[in-house]
Formats: sequence, C-alpha cells, structure tokens
Amino acid sequence: MTEAVSVENLSVVFDEFKALDAVSVDVGKGESFGLVGESGSGKSTLLRAVAGLTGASKGAIRVSGREVRGTRRDKAFYRAVQMVFQDPYGSLHPRQTVDRQLMEPLAIHGIGDSERRILKALDEVGLGSSFRFRYPHQLSGGQRQRIAIARALILEPSILLLDEPTSALDASVQAEVLNLLEEVRRDRGLTFIMVSHDLGVVTHMCERLAVMQNGRVVERLTSADLVAGRIAEAYTRNLMVASKGFRREAVAQSG
Amino acid sequence: MSPLLTVEDLRVRFPTRTGVVEAVRGVSFTLARERLGIVGESGSGKSQTGRAIMGLTPPHAEVTAKRLAFEGIDLLSASPKRRRDLRGKRIAMILQDPKYSLNPVMSIGRQIVETLKRHEKIGRAEARERALEMLAAVQIRDASRVFDLYPHEVSGGMGQRAMIAMMLVAGPELLIADEPTSALDVTVQLEVLSILDRLVAERGMGLIFVSHDLRLVSSFCDRVLVMYAGKIVEEIAASELGKAKHPYTQGLLNCMPVIGADRHPLPVLDRKPEWAL
Repeated sequence: MTEAVSVENLSVVFDEFKALDAVSVDVGKGESFGLVGESGSGKSTLLRAVAGLTGASKGAIRVSGREVRGTRRDKAFYRAVQMVFQDPYGSLHPRQTVDRQLMEPLAIHGIGDSERRILKALDEVGLGSSFRFRYPHQLSGGQRQRIAIARALILEPSILLLDEPTSALDASVQAEVLNLLEEVRRDRGLTFIMVSHDLGVVTHMCERLAVMQNGRVVERLTSADLVAGRIAEAYTRNLMVASKGFRREAVAQSG
Repeated sequence: MSPLLTVEDLRVRFPTRTGVVEAVRGVSFTLARERLGIVGESGSGKSQTGRAIMGLTPPHAEVTAKRLAFEGIDLLSASPKRRRDLRGKRIAMILQDPKYSLNPVMSIGRQIVETLKRHEKIGRAEARERALEMLAAVQIRDASRVFDLYPHEVSGGMGQRAMIAMMLVAGPELLIADEPTSALDVTVQLEVLSILDRLVAERGMGLIFVSHDLRLVSSFCDRVLVMYAGKIVEEIAASELGKAKHPYTQGLLNCMPVIGADRHPLPVLDRKPEWAL
C-alpha cells in the first residue's frame, strides 16, 4: 500500500525545546486525516515539517513513497503538496490583487494557460470573475480564505495541508468553507491533513485522527470511535468534554 | 425592580468617505442583574453595542439613543469625567485577546493596582493585598509570582484570567465581556468561563456576554439577543433556543459541525435581504 504521507519517528527541536518527539503518522492516499490538540502540542509543527517550512532534526518524511528532507524541496514536491494557513488576513499579500496572487504559483511552475486556469480556480471556490482584480482588504474573511484555497488548488496538488483553515472565521462562514473543502476533496480525490483544535470540525471532516499533547501522539482513533466514545486516553476525553461547551453542572462538580 | 441598564433605540454611525455606515441601527433592551448574551456574525454590530455602553466608541463616530441609562445616570449627557469615574469602577469590560489588550510594558500586578488607585483612596500595601486576593479569586495559584510578571511571560489563559481580575477588582455592577474566550484553547476556555460564571454569580453583577458562538452563549446566559446587520432580529430565553423562530437564529444554531451528527454538506445560511430591513 502506498501512503500519501508517511512520517516516521520525526523529532523537531527548537534550541532546547522538543516541539515534536518521535512522532509517526501514516496517511493513506485519498484519506482525510485530522490532528487535534491544544496550542503547543506540536500539531502545526508536524504540518510545517511535512511542508518543508520547518527542518526536522531526526526521523523521516515520505511523500508518495519518496523521501523528502530539510527545508528545500524540489518543484515537483510543491506541485503535489500545497498548504492553506489559519489566518487569511496574514497569508495573502496585502498589495497584490487576487489575479496576481493566483498567477504567482503558475509563473513559478512555468504553467501556461493562466487566463483559463485563474477563472476556473475562482469559479471552483464559488467566487465569480468579478473578484479577480480586487485586493485582499476588499474581501471578507471567508472570501479571503476561499482565495487562499484557490491559490493552493490552482497547481492541482494531490495533497492539501490545512492548518486550522476555519478557526479565524465566523461559525456561519466556517460551514461554507468546510463544505467547499469537502466538495473539492470529493471531486479531485485529494488527500487532506487537517489541524484543528475543534473536535466537531475534525470529526466532520476526517475519517481518522491523532490526538497530540506535548509533542507526542497520545492517541490514534477513528472519528467513529470518537463519536461512540471509545476513547482510551484521559486527555482525549478532556478535549471531548471541552468541545461540548459550557455546562454549569460540570463546573459545580469541579469547583 | 428598576433595571441596571436601559438601552432604547441605540444607534452608532461611522462617517466614511463613501457615506455614513450605520453599525448599530436602533437597538433596545433592558438589563437587570442577569446574564444577557448578544450573538451575531462579524459586522452585526454586537461589539459596537457593548462599546457604546462602555463609552469606547471612536471619537469620529456618532452615538445617539432615545435613552441610554445606567442606574439612572444618563450616559450620553454625562460629562467625560463622570464617564471615566464609571468606567472601570461600576462598568467594566473584558476584551477578546489578552495578547493585545494588556499593557505589554507594565507588570500584571501594577495593571491591577492601577485600576484600584484610579477609583479608590488606597494605600500601596492594601492595593497590593487586594490585587493578590483578586488573582487568587481567578484561580491563579502562585499569585505573588504572577503579580510581578509581564503579559508576554504568561500563557493566553493566564493572561485572560489576569484581565478578569483587573476588571473585577474594583467591584463593578455591570460587566461587558466581548468574546472573552475566542482567543483561547478549547481546554482553557471552559476554565476561564467557569471562573467568570462563579464570580458573576457570587457578586451579583449584570453581565453582557458578546460572542459569535450561539451555543456557548446560550449555555452561559439567561437570555439571548440575536443581532443581524445592526438590529436585534430575535430575543429568546436561552432555555428555549430550540424554539427559535427567526431563520437567522436557526441557521446560526445549525451550521456548527456537531460530534456525532453526520450532515454532509453542512447547512449554510441563506441570507435574505429582508432580514436587514
């Protein structure tokens, strides 16, 4: 079986601090895999190490069976693996039009036919061609995140890395973006690795997930297990309770 | 019982180059010593409503109301001095992100003491004592250590607890919490909310809880106002949320992915232009 992404005993160390401690994760082709945990648990670091934005100090990362190293990757890698970041206010160039931002990846990879591709990409994320010559400050948060998704998809990657793609958005806009992501995954058979701190979002989007704490994977389970409450670790159960929202009785007990 | 706060036909307008933007368009409600939630999307005017009550609307904006009164004091005609005396002492506000709303070059303890000194005649030792007590009340274990720390030296959850301490130390009667937990981790959110909940209940404060998360607000408050495009579209008791009539309220409730509910695709809001009328 060929894994789309396979991470083996990966460690990432910043100075003395171990952000990732011997983490192993396998994500099958066409699968949607979730990473959950609180801030500082290493979930974003894992994603950034796969994308080549953070160097690893130990361990191996294989993408479609091919080992990748360090922070310099070849063009073929970036064509296959693209990333969508958390904050659409920070991840788009503030002084470039949507057209210019979508042109950039095409120019880097020497892909022609940009006119048609840009229009198609915009159409795919549910924005019309009227958005093409706008600047990011003329768009709402949800529209910006759609542009970020369009920019990732325009290279027709097979793997999409999603770092909290909806946590900066309103609940009502979150639903639209999640639906869009599901739709493109179904249409293109993409592999997703999705980081989120919201268990509701992860169980909705992913079949399998890993729960991380202090740079380690503490539990691996399927979304079905989570829904049915087949949970082994106390930490996962804590997250589960937290995701159910505030309850006065629960507080009375602990207080 | 006379209400703590009366808001009648509150409007907040921002003049811009392209014309006047009305962020709040005629909001009316009264608040007793209870927990009131205000829910809506970004741009619905929920935060500007809170800020207008607090008197923190930007100077170029225009605030009008038939009546905006706190315990019989007309807030709109009150002098700036009178409002300063109210702000922090009797009306306090908790902001969203402790990273940006605490003073980065002042230790946490000094920021708490500053509130006390502004509003009370109090000696240094006593102010420090009160601040430490307050830090302990928000369940910061090592209060005397945290007192001397700067905001960048503490975690988000700790910073938010410090902000709650800062706001409650002068014993306000009305607390406005503007997205107090949105910037925090899920696991820390509940802790902070339970601290807030306990203190509000113990001290019998009125609370206005502003958030975009309808479920969270309804689990925390007695009554919820739902805002859309600067207006209140529905007012509902938190316990009767399931019976919400307005399609916008129903949409906000339904669009969240819930563990165990298998809904693909998620229902999205179909915004009708007549909602904004």
